[in-house]
Amino acid sequence: MNNKLKTLAKGIVDVSPLMIPVFPFGIIYGVIGMELGIGPYMTLGLSIIIFGGASQIVLLQLFSGGASSLVIFSSVGAVNSRHLLYGAVLSEHLSTLKLTWKIILSYVMVDQAFAVSNTYFKNNRKNENKHFHLLGAGFTCWTIWQISTILGIVLGSVVPEELGLSFTISLTFLALLINDFRKFKNIIVMSVSGIVATIGFNSIPFKAYIIVAALSALAVAALLTLMNSKEK
Amino acid sequence: MHWSLIVYCGVITFLTRFSMIFLLKKDIFNNKTKKILSYVPAAIFPAIIFPPIFLDNSGSLDLENNPKIWAAVIAIFVGYFSKNIIATIFAGLISYWFLIFVI
Repeated sequence: MNNKLKTLAKGIVDVSPLMIPVFPFGIIYGVIGMELGIGPYMTLGLSIIIFGGASQIVLLQLFSGGASSLVIFSSVGAVNSRHLLYGAVLSEHLSTLKLTWKIILSYVMVDQAFAVSNTYFKNNRKNENKHFHLLGAGFTCWTIWQISTILGIVLGSVVPEELGLSFTISLTFLALLINDFRKFKNIIVMSVSGIVATIGFNSIPFKAYIIVAALSALAVAALLTLMNSKEK
Repeated sequence: MHWSLIVYCGVITFLTRFSMIFLLKKDIFNNKTKKILSYVPAAIFPAIIFPPIFLDNSGSLDLENNPKIWAAVIAIFVGYFSKNIIATIFAGLISYWFLIFVI
């Protein structure tokens, strides 16, 4: 197997465990879309055109609550603004690629794909085909998301709510942070993010609590980094 | 809902993902900035993790008899020692189900 295919396959394998909650989440999204009466084409259209689970749910919630288009648009932008940081982190590895590659990889750069490919990029700097990892991870997420959306549209609620879906999403992101629990500074940064998000969940408008929490935590990370460099 | 709104939302979402990869050149960041950016997962993921665990459906803080907190602690414990993503997810999920269905 050549290097490109190998790297692509590694991306698929690495992201696969993270797909466990994505599947039921997609089904539930499909069900909500149908229950709100936007129809099968629009429900699937959202998954293909936006391709961002959390922001799609937020969009549907706001739409059903009668929010204006401007509020819906701003909220989707706010929920997805965390991708700016993902892009900034990955740009180091992707900046030399052709424009077509950048467009394709941006379309599939979701949380899970970012998480596994960021780790892979850091450990495999010399692999000149490392972007195939993100391609594999990203399109695995994409495929699972579209299939589960369609299943939700066609089958309806097949996932019992009692199983605790929202918790499984928390668990996969928690699993991605297990190595951070070894470093004291990372624990501080994680605590700031989590606490600000929990407090801001209800009080910050446009569902912007994620980016507000992330920027607060990064400010603390910057402070810790600068303090550390002064000591040396 | 109009398709135009969906397309606008799709465009803004794409731009949040594309703009930095498109605009930033290689080696634009010094080592200190790179170090700070390495905290991005630690700065974002807890904001996704915490609210569903600590807040109930009505959005108020739920710290008493909350099985999600205990299951998350067990998941962290298993993750810390196993360093394995799948083991962490299943440890959390199985202990959560155990707490809500068995106990």
